[in-house]
Amino acid sequence: MNYSIVAENLTKKFGDFTAVDSVSFKVEKGEIFGFLGANGAGKSTTIRMLCGLLEPTSGDAVVGGFSIMNEPDKVKQSIGYMSQRFSLYNDLTIEENIEFFGAVYGLKGKLLEKRKKWVLEISNLIGKERTLTGDLPGGIKQRLALGVAVIHKPKILFLDEPTSGVDPISRRNFWDLINRFSDEGTTVLVTTHYLEEAEYCNDIILINAGRLIAEGNPQRLKTEYIDGNAFEIETENPVELMDILKKAKFIIDVSIFGKKIHVITKKQFEKPDELENYCTQNEFKIDRITRIVPTLEDVFIHLLEHGSKNAQQN
Amino acid sequence: MKGNGFATVIHFIIKEFQQLKRDPKMLAIVLAAPVLQTIILGYAATFDVNNVDFYLLDRDKSSVSRKYVEKIINSGYFTIKGNTENYEEIENAIMNGKAVIGLIIPREFEKDIENNNGTKVQIIVDGSDGNKGSIAFGYIQAITAAYAKTILLDKIERNGIRVPLKSVNAETRIWYNPELKTRVFMVPGITALLLMIVTTLLTSLAIVKEKEFGTLEQLIVTPIKPWQMLLGKILPFTTLGLIMILLVNSVMIFWFGIPIKGSLLFFFFASLLFILSTLGIGLFISTVSRTQQQAMMVTVFGAMMPMIYLSGFVFPIENMSRIIQYVTYIIPLKYFITIIRGVILKGIGIADLWQETLILALMGALILFLAAKRFHKRLE
Repeated sequence: MNYSIVAENLTKKFGDFTAVDSVSFKVEKGEIFGFLGANGAGKSTTIRMLCGLLEPTSGDAVVGGFSIMNEPDKVKQSIGYMSQRFSLYNDLTIEENIEFFGAVYGLKGKLLEKRKKWVLEISNLIGKERTLTGDLPGGIKQRLALGVAVIHKPKILFLDEPTSGVDPISRRNFWDLINRFSDEGTTVLVTTHYLEEAEYCNDIILINAGRLIAEGNPQRLKTEYIDGNAFEIETENPVELMDILKKAKFIIDVSIFGKKIHVITKKQFEKPDELENYCTQNEFKIDRITRIVPTLEDVFIHLLEHGSKNAQQN
Repeated sequence: MKGNGFATVIHFIIKEFQQLKRDPKMLAIVLAAPVLQTIILGYAATFDVNNVDFYLLDRDKSSVSRKYVEKIINSGYFTIKGNTENYEEIENAIMNGKAVIGLIIPREFEKDIENNNGTKVQIIVDGSDGNKGSIAFGYIQAITAAYAKTILLDKIERNGIRVPLKSVNAETRIWYNPELKTRVFMVPGITALLLMIVTTLLTSLAIVKEKEFGTLEQLIVTPIKPWQMLLGKILPFTTLGLIMILLVNSVMIFWFGIPIKGSLLFFFFASLLFILSTLGIGLFISTVSRTQQQAMMVTVFGAMMPMIYLSGFVFPIENMSRIIQYVTYIIPLKYFITIIRGVILKGIGIADLWQETLILALMGALILFLAAKRFHKRLE
């Protein structure tokens, strides 16, 4: 197998605090690889180590064929990075930003012109070259930042929460672009806390409190990481029902989704009837109950709760 | 990045100037402020004592006492602010700051001189401003001594001794600044000071600004090397610094009429060396600070204030206590002020100032090296 990134026991400590704790994973060439986790879980720290922004406390990773510990400079030519925070010059025009970063990557002359046009095209900013970057609205700034991050056609693209604070339509466009880069052979590593975005990824890892707690493609995660069956219950009073269900011994997880409740039962409880019976026994009226395929959200809530239980045991 | 070396530096410099261009007001302030300040400080920074206000209590009111007071007024250093009849008023005048000196001429002043009894005048000096007080006191003593001498000669002559009396006369020649104007001494120092303030402050913000806006993060993931960034930051500010030297020294030469007596080439060379050390200090502060505000505070209180106090710009280093004198050895401004006062006022050159020049060069190299090293670490 051909890997773009191989991380082995990556660890980053800030004083006593371990932000990333011995994380290992492999990213295949050309795939879209998702990093999921809550805020502060260590996603950004991991990505920053892979980009050479932070030095790992221990462990190593090979990015594009070079070790981030031993040859960080060589890594840099083949990667593109888009920070969570807008990081182009607000006091330069769009054109000046593109030209400056292009030049820093060693592009010049006709090639630079060509790439500039391409960046303007993919970020949908043709005709606005002379606009001051600081005057652009947030979503458009993000597009420009993405365009600048790929100006040198990197083999590997790191996107740190590229869609946070972006409206749904821009977000959709963003993912179209990401898919396009992936089709062209670019490996894309993206962090997000939007679960629906995780569905667009070929592979994902879930990080919690600095530790990797699950990995695989979204489909596999849904089937393998939950040892049980998922049901959806519709009711008028979900909060009360949740309290009742939590007491049931055959139930692993209960979570609330508006007027619906998702329940994960132990493996042997396969039929909705048993659940319905339990509710009637407790004199609770439910509208409808259906067996479902667990969503990623179910999986993550399940994993996060188990993760935290494990952490307590350790 | 293969063999992209200096081209990247050029692109970085272009970017710096593009950013500077976006903020023309800032550029105007950077260039105009030192010029204006040189002019203002040139008039303000003076220790010359010219107009000493004094109160007079003349108890004698004789022709001799009037003549004595006339001598004092005609010296040009003193202005009579009050002529009073009682002692308390003099006390009050000095207490309220209306007068620096109180002059009390006793009764029988004329008579005692005539009768060869000798007499005394009382001079009260406001010593709270020690410098001004002692200078004014010196003036009055000199005037009084000269007056006493004429009285003496008068008497001798009247007693029939015709032969002119000879004693010792100090024939003083004042070099470099014949009128002993503090301005001539201060203005070159002021130009050095302003150069330091602007270059240190601007560079101290240079890198931390990129840090604060997040652009440094974007730069670090590119193949740009620390030295390319540092050079890209230093060269525009060096240019700006050189333009400032030209402007500020033009003010000195054409406005204040203080010419540069020594070699212009050496003068520029020394200025360049000095700028390197101030840029180095600025960059160093910039790499250790987290915010622009922090950088500004460190620059002002950690670098600039001590530099000003300990450079010999205001207080002569020879008069400082020994320990503080040792501390002044690490102040680049001290060497630069020695150099430019020497070049501008005395016309001496590298032959006499090679030690200071060498120290300045070494200091510049060292602090730039430290800044670069520190910056490298930050890149990790």
